[in-house]
Amino acid sequence: MALLDVNGLKIYFHTRDGVVKAVDDVSFSVDSGETLAIVGESGSGKSVTCYSLLDLLPKPPAKIEAGTAMFDGEDLLTCSPERMKQFRGNDIAVIFQDPMTSLNPFITIGEQLIEPLIYHPDKARRLTRDAATKRAIELLDEVGIVNANARFNCYAHEFSGGMRQRVMIAMALINEPRLLICDEPTTALDVTIQAQILELIKQLQQSRDMAVIFISHDLGVVAGIADNVIVMCEGTVREAADTESVFYRTKDSYTKRLLAAIPEGAKTMANRAEVGQPLIEVSHLKTYFKDYSSPAARAEKRQVKAVDDVSLSIQRGEILGLVGESGSGKSTIGRSIMQLVPITSGSVSFNGTPISGLSSSQLVPWRQRMQMIFQDPYASLNPRMTVYQTLAEPLLYHGLANSSNINQQVQQLMDDVGLARASMRKYPHEFSGGQRQRIAIGRAIATKPELIIADEPVSALDVTIQAQVLDLILDLVERHNLTMMFISHDLSVVRYISDRVLVMHHGVLIEQGDTEQLWANPEQEYTKNLLKAIPLADPRSERARLSS
Amino acid sequence: MDDLQVMEEQGSSLWRDAWIKLSKNYLALFGLGVIVLLCIVSLLTPWIAPYGYEEQDLMLGATAPSLQHWLGTDIFGRDMLTRIMYGGRVSLMVGFIATAVALVIGVLWGAIAGFVGGRVDAVMMRIVDIMYALPFMIFIVLLMVVFGRNILLLFLAIGAVEWLTMARIVRSQVMSLRKQEFVEAAYSLGLSQWTIIRRHIIPNTLGPVIVYTTLTIPSVMLLEAFLSFLGLGIQPPESSWGLLINYGVETMEEYPWLLIFPGVTLSLTLFALNFLGDGLRDALDPRTSKD
Amino acid sequence: MLRFAFNRLLQAIPVLLIVISATFFLVHSAPGGPFSADKAVPPEVIRALEAQYNLDQPLWQQYISYLGDVLQGDLGPSFKYSGRTVNELIAAGLPATAELAMYAMLVALIIGISAGVLAAMRPNTMQDYLPMSAAMLGICMPSFLLGPILVLVFGIHLEWLPVSGWGDIPGDKILPAITLGTGYAAYIARLSRGGMLEVLSQDYIRTARAKGLSEPLIIFKHALRGGLIPVVAFLGPAFAGLLGGSFVVETIFQIPGLGRFYVQAAFNRDYTMILGMTVFFATLIILFNLLSDMLALWLNPKLRQQAGGDS
Repeated sequence: MALLDVNGLKIYFHTRDGVVKAVDDVSFSVDSGETLAIVGESGSGKSVTCYSLLDLLPKPPAKIEAGTAMFDGEDLLTCSPERMKQFRGNDIAVIFQDPMTSLNPFITIGEQLIEPLIYHPDKARRLTRDAATKRAIELLDEVGIVNANARFNCYAHEFSGGMRQRVMIAMALINEPRLLICDEPTTALDVTIQAQILELIKQLQQSRDMAVIFISHDLGVVAGIADNVIVMCEGTVREAADTESVFYRTKDSYTKRLLAAIPEGAKTMANRAEVGQPLIEVSHLKTYFKDYSSPAARAEKRQVKAVDDVSLSIQRGEILGLVGESGSGKSTIGRSIMQLVPITSGSVSFNGTPISGLSSSQLVPWRQRMQMIFQDPYASLNPRMTVYQTLAEPLLYHGLANSSNINQQVQQLMDDVGLARASMRKYPHEFSGGQRQRIAIGRAIATKPELIIADEPVSALDVTIQAQVLDLILDLVERHNLTMMFISHDLSVVRYISDRVLVMHHGVLIEQGDTEQLWANPEQEYTKNLLKAIPLADPRSERARLSS
Repeated sequence: MDDLQVMEEQGSSLWRDAWIKLSKNYLALFGLGVIVLLCIVSLLTPWIAPYGYEEQDLMLGATAPSLQHWLGTDIFGRDMLTRIMYGGRVSLMVGFIATAVALVIGVLWGAIAGFVGGRVDAVMMRIVDIMYALPFMIFIVLLMVVFGRNILLLFLAIGAVEWLTMARIVRSQVMSLRKQEFVEAAYSLGLSQWTIIRRHIIPNTLGPVIVYTTLTIPSVMLLEAFLSFLGLGIQPPESSWGLLINYGVETMEEYPWLLIFPGVTLSLTLFALNFLGDGLRDALDPRTSKD
Repeated sequence: MLRFAFNRLLQAIPVLLIVISATFFLVHSAPGGPFSADKAVPPEVIRALEAQYNLDQPLWQQYISYLGDVLQGDLGPSFKYSGRTVNELIAAGLPATAELAMYAMLVALIIGISAGVLAAMRPNTMQDYLPMSAAMLGICMPSFLLGPILVLVFGIHLEWLPVSGWGDIPGDKILPAITLGTGYAAYIARLSRGGMLEVLSQDYIRTARAKGLSEPLIIFKHALRGGLIPVVAFLGPAFAGLLGGSFVVETIFQIPGLGRFYVQAAFNRDYTMILGMTVFFATLIILFNLLSDMLALWLNPKLRQQAGGDS
């Protein structure tokens, strides 16, 4: 008998619009020292499954319809609320996705850490405040918080993202749980931080012989750490087996699609970069912002150097990848080229003509020739305009269509980006994330631009949708003879799509080169670490990478 | 550009969603019904009121509700229903006009601060902050004392108090919209500032403005009633619900209906407006819309 | 924190100056002098009176000397109550008003916060609907209506409680405090419900549940502090509202407080009294706004550190 045995779990959401089968007949088990990964895209029910184990779902609308979850011989789904409180945090602990919102901003992290000890439901096991503090500081030390004694009385906002997640881990482990549930614990973190956190979880699991349930959408992460994997899709389990079987002897069609969708390897299409006059030339670009992060910074007129002396050029026909972690200034470069943010100094030239410093009316003819695709498909479309209105606006505004052929032109655009013509009069909220991103791409290519700057265009999308949108982008680049700057934090995606890559760090351009050359021979230490931190969706090579 | 005009004539689905949501909220519908009914009655009062406004019957004096006088009569034998109907005209008018004043000032102020941003915004919002700290109730009393009880002045004074929150709401809406990616996309399409405001910003700020306008009307009516009750607002021969309540209090021991009927009418109206406002907030709040 | 308070106090000075100046010129631009109402007074007496109150000097000289007096805390003599100064009248009215406002605030906070928190604990159940319907009733039942109705029911009909006075008969403070406090209790109930609902939907509440903390601990230790920030920020405006409300409540219950004095002064056109009390009220309100802002700031550790970080 395993430590946790879930059998035939069904959870339905009873909403105003009907019943949603969030989890439909799911079974799995996990034993001490084992790691079970639950993999799935958004809406697959992977988080709902795990939250139900600790009765963390909002009821209503959620309702557990059937199933058992035997933890050490007791059913978690039917136990009393009092008994559940004893399980929570003591036998079973959870690490959540976003460490910023998951820590209470009003209470010191030390106080939050010792709570499970000093308010232990089992009165005999309660510790005094002093003993609990000592224990908590030891644990903070163990999870890698430097100077734990002093940091004990800090608030969550005084830690960086990675450190916050370490605090969350310490908080989960404070009562030595036997089962640890990790809900996308590294999704909100940069790739180098992700590697450290995964390593830490692995170590702690081994030293404590814990069972771990690891929820993730990222097959690369899972490949390195899981013993067993279940793949979920729309509430049902599509595949459940040991990790090697899932990756190397895949049975289920959905799992196959999921694996196939992971961007891997180099760009398959030829490099179409033309020699000669670059389409875009950026020289000594500096974009500084006023620092409003605190009254002190404001008073001293501090500046954030988002982009600090960057020079680059984009050849016609080229796809240029721009990578960097959060805060590296990569998005600001894109917006500076587009003249969407005021630049501090330096110049941007389009096809040899300087466009920085032009007034907004002087820019209008240039705007038509360069367009942008944004990250968030929810925020990048006006919620009160139909697809038709969104796509027709640039066409009519720039005089590329008139009232007699506008319908036809919009339909043409919809065909181009793979949207059904029938949905022309629908509003953005009636579409899925991937479809919305197609609308946004349609708007960007409507003016027949020469250059497109794509700012993280696929990072908000699920992996299967991401693959479709990437292929659409490559296809459009080819057909419309576009030049593209592709900004992303995801190195695999950048490698898959770009001819040449620039690496940004803290506002400075630290390395550039042809994609495959850079991957093979990175020169800078930072680039090397970045490339080393990418998880591979292949258990054997991933494990080899981790142990190296 | 004319073609853009043509497109705008189509309805918006978010509005339709909001209407569907509102039509399921019975309290809000009840509120809407009451408001519409009150407006109609107020407009038609001179024709449908059972008695003349000044019609006295001193012989009759104060009587309890009866078939002739549904809501009774006051000490001069004047019909209470008639007086409440005429009083409602004034109360509602103050509510609507003063709210309109607040709406115009607040939306313009907030929109300009939000659009222009930077130092202009800082100065404008500083002024709002400072005005928030001022004892306005006292100022209105002062104005009424100094310049006499003038109904126009009352509109202006109340409107001048109530625009502050509207300005804050509009500004924060505009600020957050300006950072939205769809507005950035509109800039990168090269649309002119005015086109962006007209097509992308205004339609998206309307929801909160409508909600807050609905909620401002009752607070304005309350303020008017408050002043009239003190004898510092509407003055005879004009009448308003606040004034009727004031008269009712004087004689409430002998003739309680003279207090209760205008009181209930005022409360019911405030109820209706607040329910409608709450319902609109639920219907128009993007967070409650399904996404 | 101290520096923030100091900055805000510095900013309050020009605001107060504006209030004093605006009120002064408003009052002095009023058509008809303060003594013109009394038709029987011969012109030479009026002139003598005007000389006595410095009204024969040019306006700017009056303004300067008034400012000087106010800076020394002297609000001048009352026009109507000869021989008494505005300071004396305020000192006479302040205790009753302060006590009334304090009780009303207590009523508002205790009832409002408990109703709001109860409602937020079980949204969309009877535990939510009942207090929130009551709150709506409280908002739509203004004090000038609620007061007379309470008097009618509890004072005249049931004869349980006295209907007027302040500190004369035991129990005569109950009805005024409830009348003044109810509207604010309703408002605070809605605010605290909204604030608590917002906080209870946060991820860190889920974390606290996942740690096995008991529900009271989650509500009172993890949620209440963040949930009540809107209420704390509202305390300043609520205080200003209570002062305004005291006009009505003190009139209804015949309480010898500042509110009733102010209304009487307004009817009597007692200009120095109005002027002095406006300055006094404005100072109080600005002070309370500052206090409630500082309290709201202090409750949020991030803002607290930023505000204090530069000192």
